[in-house]
Amino acid sequence: MSDTRTEEAPPPSDGGPREPEAPKDRAGLLAYLIGHQSGVVIVVALVIALLIGAALIRYQGVNPWYAYEVLLRGALVNDGALTRTLQKTAPLVLTGLAVVLPLRVGLFNIGAQGQLQLGAIFGAWVAYVAGGAGFLGAVLGMLVGIVFGSVVGLLVGVLKAYRGVHEVISTIMLNYIVAGVTFWLVVGPLQGESSRTSGIPQTESIPEAARLDTVAGVPVGFAVAVVLAAVCWWVLGRTTFGFRFNTVGANKEAARYAGVPINRVVVLSMLAGAGLAGLAGALEALGTLHRFEPAIVGSLGFDGITIALLARANPLATIPAAFLVGILRTGAAGLQFQTGIAPEIVDLLLALILLMVSIPVLGKWLFRSRADKQSVATTSWGN
Amino acid sequence: MSESTSRPESEGTPHPTRGDTSQSHLADIATTDAALELPPEQSGFGEGVIGEVLLDIEGLSKSFGSVHANRDITLNVRRGEIVALLGENGAGKSTLVNQIFGLITPDRGTVSVKGDSTPIKDPRDAIRRGVGMVHQHFQLVPVMTVAENMVLGHESTRAGVVLDLDSARRMVRELSEKHGLAVDPDAEVDDLPVGTQQRVEILKALSRRVDLLILDEPTAVLTPQETDELLGVMRELANSGTSIVFITHKLREVLAVADRVYVLRQGEVVGEVATKETDATGLATMMVGREVVLSIDKEPATPGEPVLEIEDLHVRDDRGLAAVDGFSLTVNAGEIVGVAGVEGNGQRELVEALAGMRKVVSGRMRLGDLDLTTANPYQTHHAGLGHVPEDREKHGIVGSYSIADNLVLNEFDQAPYAKSGVRQFDAVRENAERLREEFDIRSSGVFQTAGSLSGGNKQKVVVAREMAFKPKLLMAAQPTRGVDVGSIEFIHRRIVEARDEGAGVLLVSAELDEILSLSDRIAVVHGGTVVAEMRVEDADRTEIGRLMAGDH
Repeated sequence: MSDTRTEEAPPPSDGGPREPEAPKDRAGLLAYLIGHQSGVVIVVALVIALLIGAALIRYQGVNPWYAYEVLLRGALVNDGALTRTLQKTAPLVLTGLAVVLPLRVGLFNIGAQGQLQLGAIFGAWVAYVAGGAGFLGAVLGMLVGIVFGSVVGLLVGVLKAYRGVHEVISTIMLNYIVAGVTFWLVVGPLQGESSRTSGIPQTESIPEAARLDTVAGVPVGFAVAVVLAAVCWWVLGRTTFGFRFNTVGANKEAARYAGVPINRVVVLSMLAGAGLAGLAGALEALGTLHRFEPAIVGSLGFDGITIALLARANPLATIPAAFLVGILRTGAAGLQFQTGIAPEIVDLLLALILLMVSIPVLGKWLFRSRADKQSVATTSWGN
Repeated sequence: MSESTSRPESEGTPHPTRGDTSQSHLADIATTDAALELPPEQSGFGEGVIGEVLLDIEGLSKSFGSVHANRDITLNVRRGEIVALLGENGAGKSTLVNQIFGLITPDRGTVSVKGDSTPIKDPRDAIRRGVGMVHQHFQLVPVMTVAENMVLGHESTRAGVVLDLDSARRMVRELSEKHGLAVDPDAEVDDLPVGTQQRVEILKALSRRVDLLILDEPTAVLTPQETDELLGVMRELANSGTSIVFITHKLREVLAVADRVYVLRQGEVVGEVATKETDATGLATMMVGREVVLSIDKEPATPGEPVLEIEDLHVRDDRGLAAVDGFSLTVNAGEIVGVAGVEGNGQRELVEALAGMRKVVSGRMRLGDLDLTTANPYQTHHAGLGHVPEDREKHGIVGSYSIADNLVLNEFDQAPYAKSGVRQFDAVRENAERLREEFDIRSSGVFQTAGSLSGGNKQKVVVAREMAFKPKLLMAAQPTRGVDVGSIEFIHRRIVEARDEGAGVLLVSAELDEILSLSDRIAVVHGGTVVAEMRVEDADRTEIGRLMAGDH
């Protein structure tokens, strides 16, 4: 019976304010940072990043407020801009989730980039081959994207769980390996007929029917991403499956004591995260470019890290975080056109945001109390 | 103090007559029977000359939000004096010493060191004034050597760049010679036992020329031998003029080494007494504000069928050395079997092997129908093994989780806490509220994070969880370590209740008093094997001490 109580049902243990204590039972520094960044810190980080950005724009002789206005117009107001932004946001939500899921277990997935790339090329190719089947071809393309992304994640997870290979190392390495493999594929077996003569590394264009379209201005891919973010949130917060994830992330030793199969959870988290990154690649191929080319990845994978940190590892919060990044990325194009500012200013803004949310000192400085002083001081005894 | 033998032996307990220990210290306390004695009413150590007031605290108050951590505390420490701060968890002891060391700024009141009552700004300021502190968790760099750790932060160099380690080594040697704290300056801290690491911390503090040394629960991490050595060291230091303030839960230590005790309760000093004029019961009563039953009233056991059978078990430790070495023991339903032994004699490995957390080399372990040798923790739990782990912070609780979630940590996927993989928060909460009530877990609610509870309440969470599912075998490893007196009594009563309800209990403890007061049968371990088994009625403290020390 779901009476009124369900409303006040306990939030998943990861939510809510946390006690400022030493990160000894936390999986890693990163998870620690996320657990201790309050929402206020995020807002402050955004404001400071935008202010520094404004100063740099000013330095180039452009009124920063005008520049930001252009950026926002280009991303939200202009004709079709919002749709484009949502289109851009969809894969970002997923790469954000690709970082969030392993992070909940205490793993840092730097490899969304590679997982996405492999998912994109095979997703695009299958959607092209199965293009005759219409929408079914698109669905097939997405599924194949998930599968190929997962394969990369599986490798990382197995290496981590059974061989103790650090996931940061293996994911970074695999980014390069995947980049090499996909390039070979796209100038070899999977190169499109039309581009073969010109020598452009591209796959064949996906037929209209198998592309992911927009419905009433909302890209299908975006809807898929939002649903998946909600599913991740529910699974992590409300199911025993998610509880195992969180427990391994919060205290691995206690998880072992409680009988949680840690290795399996580690592998699953990488598998699921990488699968979502693979899907992000397929969405980008099916929805935006309608083919695969190496440049498809852009910075989608690495933006996922920023998004996961901004979202404080909360799956639902990846949606607004990805939307923010989507706005900046979409608006960047018009920015150069109208103001002459290089679109790289957006990279700079994102880098600043990432830097700001990663600085724990910021949080300490903002919420400095006597109690905090104690926890700071005890770590530097006598010096 | 000197002739102190006029004290009558406490009734009923078969004490061996204590020798005249009044003039000796370290050597004496290290011998087994003295070490395992119930606390004498007077210090077994010699006493130094107590001089002028070194630390004077007046009307010190500190609140955190609405909680009065310290209220109007007045206390003083004289030169060469050892003062114990005794109190339950959350009584405000740590807050108090942190204010002396400049880690916390008082709301009101003054702390004056050597007559200087200007507020202490920070630890650096405290050190400058001659206050040193050794934290419960050591602040050492594990991969560095002792000498390197000693000079860390104020290294002396040659030609401005080359680290002058020779002088650091010399300093370590001089200090360790002077204070009788043997430490190898070139040993890597990581390789040292905990007790030696603590010596390094103490030496580090001494190298800053302290007049007042604060020790925050110095014995919590030590084995009984290491504890005794530390107490000897403390006495030596005091005799040579260093004042010591130390925090502890353990009455024995207070009585053995302190000159005076301040008892804290709920942030206030509720008693100040010279150790000469009190005894264990008196101190315990002051701590909790009521008489504590130091021995448990329990019916004689009515043992039933064997629940746990261990035969010729061999288990290795983390270094790959044989830790459990041919261990055999049977625990029957309805009895408490106490495993007594000096820590590091395979108890930890035994417990972990039983819980399915450590691989077994060879041997047999059966819990009912389950072969424990190949079982994982999930299987051992569901076969009916309740496990109160030795390290509750590491294994027993997830600090960032709520009390409610911690109370279902190994049952979360079972009905009624989950239905087809979906967690049932109503059931989780109801369970938590029931257990919170039943086990007297003091918290603001069941959704408070477990990490923010005091040690005793954390342990109650663990005990509640492991007893709530009615285990066939309750395995409790050091169940009352770092737990306040009130909680100890509570946990002990619960363990006896589990027995009375028919569970077999395997109690592993380094506290002989705990073993003696709870067990029905005692197995003494040494070198990873049972060297003697006896009924508690036949147990003799001296005899057990001898067996524990490997004399058999």
